[in-house]
Amino acid sequence: MLDLLRKLGHTVIDAVWRLGYAGKFFFLTLIGSGISFRRFHLVVREIYYTGVRSLIIIIVSGLFVGMVLALQGYETLQRYGSSSALGVLVALALVRELGPVVSALLFASRAGSAITAEIGLMKATEQLSAMEMMAVDPISRVVAPRFWSGVISLPLLTAIFNAMGIFGGYLIGVVLIGVDEGSFWSQMQAGVDFREDIMNGVIKSFVFGIAVTLIAVFEGYDSPPTAEGVSGATTRTVVTSSLVILILDFVLTSFMFRGV
Amino acid sequence: MPPENFLEIRDLNFAYDKRPILRGINMSIPKGQVVAIMGGSGCGKTTLLRLIGGQIRPTQGYVQFDGRIVHELGRSDLYETRRKMGMLFQFGALFTDLSVYDNVAFQMREHTDLPESLIRDLVLMKLDAVGLRGARDLMPNELSGGMARRVALARTIALDPMLIMYDEPFTGLDPISLGVIGNLIRKLNDALGASSIVVTHDVQESLQIVDYVYFVSEGVIVAHGTPDEIRSSKTPFVHQFIHGEIDGPVPFHYPSPPYLEDLQLESPHA
Repeated sequence: MLDLLRKLGHTVIDAVWRLGYAGKFFFLTLIGSGISFRRFHLVVREIYYTGVRSLIIIIVSGLFVGMVLALQGYETLQRYGSSSALGVLVALALVRELGPVVSALLFASRAGSAITAEIGLMKATEQLSAMEMMAVDPISRVVAPRFWSGVISLPLLTAIFNAMGIFGGYLIGVVLIGVDEGSFWSQMQAGVDFREDIMNGVIKSFVFGIAVTLIAVFEGYDSPPTAEGVSGATTRTVVTSSLVILILDFVLTSFMFRGV
Repeated sequence: MPPENFLEIRDLNFAYDKRPILRGINMSIPKGQVVAIMGGSGCGKTTLLRLIGGQIRPTQGYVQFDGRIVHELGRSDLYETRRKMGMLFQFGALFTDLSVYDNVAFQMREHTDLPESLIRDLVLMKLDAVGLRGARDLMPNELSGGMARRVALARTIALDPMLIMYDEPFTGLDPISLGVIGNLIRKLNDALGASSIVVTHDVQESLQIVDYVYFVSEGVIVAHGTPDEIRSSKTPFVHQFIHGEIDGPVPFHYPSPPYLEDLQLESPHA
């Protein structure tokens, strides 16, 4: 019994300690970000690896999510005779909710895991140590550019995801099912508010970008320098980011919810 | 006036979680010399290099480099000091996302404002010194172990350090590459007027190129001397090490209960 209590205590202390360490790491990353902006090509290079390389999965997923939304939405809407509202339904669902969340989940598993594995392997092969010995701070040279690349990439990827989703909804709703094209677009235009809907989605994807990339760089930097350690850290990145995305989504949505 | 021994280690102790790794290490490394630190695997040699580089802090004693005590330096002073050091890691630790050229140019770009044309000349000179000027466009994964080590060596000397540290530079190399690296260590040290510390357990290769040898066993210096003194040493540990004998002061067996008892073969009537 006492043993169990002791183990529980240890686990809690470890978790709190790690959280504190992650906080300090985040702070150091922000402080060490100067070089990322002075030499922006370092960030651009990482945007290519995290953002551009994630395009395929984002485009394809966005298209299919939009198509499914249109199918499901049409089925429900036509029961109430309001299938002309399909456009606004697809757009709102994507912009407010599915776009930021699904893009972030995909980004965590595509780019987040890659960042963790890369930094973890750099640590395991002593590249980070070597950098330190060359009087170059690995946090500002390796971690910060990757962090900012994620923060910049995810909102852009989300925008592409949304656009592809709306296009997918159009393909199914208008081209395949035959919903009136004019009402599809005009209702969408009238029903989607820039500040209330689009900006809230942008804020979400920005917050998710910070969370996912921070988890990815932290797990990589903190991973034990062995093959097993790096693989464990990669898994933890995907699992932790996914949970954090969903929890943050709830928190943000409840703040944005106005109940009218 | 710079001190003659520009690396001094005095009464250095280091422990991991109260487990002592190094105890009472004293060393002096004069300018221009190549010094070997030898000892079995896991005897604390690499830890010593990390202490010199200020990556970890000693529990007692100090390392004095170029007149300054390393562990007392603040972050920016430490980084400034490290620019005068170069360290070659065991497997090179080349940046895998950069080409050979960019690896060697890395420190120049990070620490200087030199124009790219000058950096190009310097990189090619460093690469030429290790015989790999023609390999500048290759990526680290296209290099053999010996070539990677040579590129890492070119990167280590990129800013002409005063002290070059080598962590097991001979591990995993074929005899030809081994000879090449050994030669380069000596030649570069003399050409740069630097001092070098070679942490190794390769006896034959290193005794040919170094000026002085320290033997470390279980965290303490058990013997030191010039290569000739070491070769003729009567110290049991050094003798066993130099001749590669399987049993001696370093036992073949990990501490264990008596064999027969362990196999439960001891007769109860005996």
